[in-house]
Amino acid sequence: MNLVRWSWIGSNTDLLLDKTLEHIHLTGLAMLIGFLIAFPLALAAIHWPRLYGPSLAATGVAFTIPSLALFILLIPFTGLSVATSLIGLTIYTLLILFRNIVAGFNGVPWDISEAARAMGYTRARQLFMVELPVALPVIMAGVRIAAVTTIGLVTVTALIGQGGLGQLFITGFTLQRTTPLIVGFVLSVALAVVVDLALVGLLWLLTPWRRGRE
Amino acid sequence: MIRLRRLILPRFAAPAAATVLLLAVCTVSAAWAAGAGGDVGILVSTLNWFADPANWQGRTGIPVRTVEHVYYVLVSMGIAMLIALPLGIGLGHLGRGGLLAINVSNIGRAVPEFGVVILVFLLVGYGDTPILVALVALGVPPIVTNSYVGMRSIDPDIRQAARGVGMTGWQSLWQIELPIALPVIMAGIRTSAVQVMSTATLAAYVGLGGLGRYLIDGLATRELTQVVGGAIVVALLAIAIEAILAVIQKQVVSEGIRG
Repeated sequence: MNLVRWSWIGSNTDLLLDKTLEHIHLTGLAMLIGFLIAFPLALAAIHWPRLYGPSLAATGVAFTIPSLALFILLIPFTGLSVATSLIGLTIYTLLILFRNIVAGFNGVPWDISEAARAMGYTRARQLFMVELPVALPVIMAGVRIAAVTTIGLVTVTALIGQGGLGQLFITGFTLQRTTPLIVGFVLSVALAVVVDLALVGLLWLLTPWRRGRE
Repeated sequence: MIRLRRLILPRFAAPAAATVLLLAVCTVSAAWAAGAGGDVGILVSTLNWFADPANWQGRTGIPVRTVEHVYYVLVSMGIAMLIALPLGIGLGHLGRGGLLAINVSNIGRAVPEFGVVILVFLLVGYGDTPILVALVALGVPPIVTNSYVGMRSIDPDIRQAARGVGMTGWQSLWQIELPIALPVIMAGIRTSAVQVMSTATLAAYVGLGGLGRYLIDGLATRELTQVVGGAIVVALLAIAIEAILAVIQKQVVSEGIRG
């Protein structure tokens, strides 16, 4: 049995490029919106520790709801649109990002914050110039998990008409051909690996003081 | 009896609150959609769907679909644990293969299960195999990683003390290391179970049963009521499984190491 017909790949390069870009687009937007929500939420939870429990519970419950069910529950409001998959994907990034941002800031050694305050830093400068860089490795660990998870989840949104490379799974199923499936599978996994490595590289660039330590 | 009740009630409080919250969110958002000119009837028709006795009977009724769904979850979690627990615990106990044990869950996250289900379906044809293969592949990585991390995070002094009082490697593993690592191992099993439970909905795509049928069939025939009703049942089942596992964890973890 021929699992992969190379001629199909050759004659469909435009489609593959298109779906890959769509996949990157959906993942990137969901991650960006997720971060823009999770970051202030995490800062608030650090400032008012009472918020932490409820925020964690709320994002946790959302995380428990099966992705397909969540996407579908959104359909009455946003239809079979990009918005539906974006909202769903964003909700899934929230728990991971929120937990890691809080853990990152809470892990900043107490004397570092104290030193910054003693040097006359305002609260905001202390947060962004001193604590954020120190918390960055833990935050980045969360971003990596969220990004790789989202890349996998995007394929499920193919069922509601989006889905980037997930569309190739549906094509494969409809045509009963393994080629589009395997190509979509390999591209999706490769994309996750590339994005993960890129984020590792970004952390390396952003934290020059950690180089050569490990 | 009183003691039993006192033990169990508080443990159900959190999941119960979560369920109420979820239902409240569904109700409020449905009402909001109605107000904002969305599909006015969706809340009412979903309630009617749940109230219709026909949806609770026969081969396509909610009880049968739920049993099918739980069957996929139980079988694949059973296989996943049979593979992952010995592997993760063994590697952790011996202190070998850490790179593999840690990275397997990173790689596992990147695998699109939807693709696995269809690919195995095309390769072996109709049957339980496609969904079970996908679910086992999904379930194994978090359990391996957590068992390994749980075993490695045990204070070496404790291990040495076990050797010092004359325990063999096996005795130390069973009586000392496993009970200490249990909370972390259980966390891995819970993560797996919730993901496996979610992904079992994809079984319906390749013609199998389970609660995913309501979602997939409803989408295909544009019957939104069935879709929303099914989605609510799946979400509640996921929360229920998470709650049950939380209770089991509290029961099996030794009182001495509970936080």
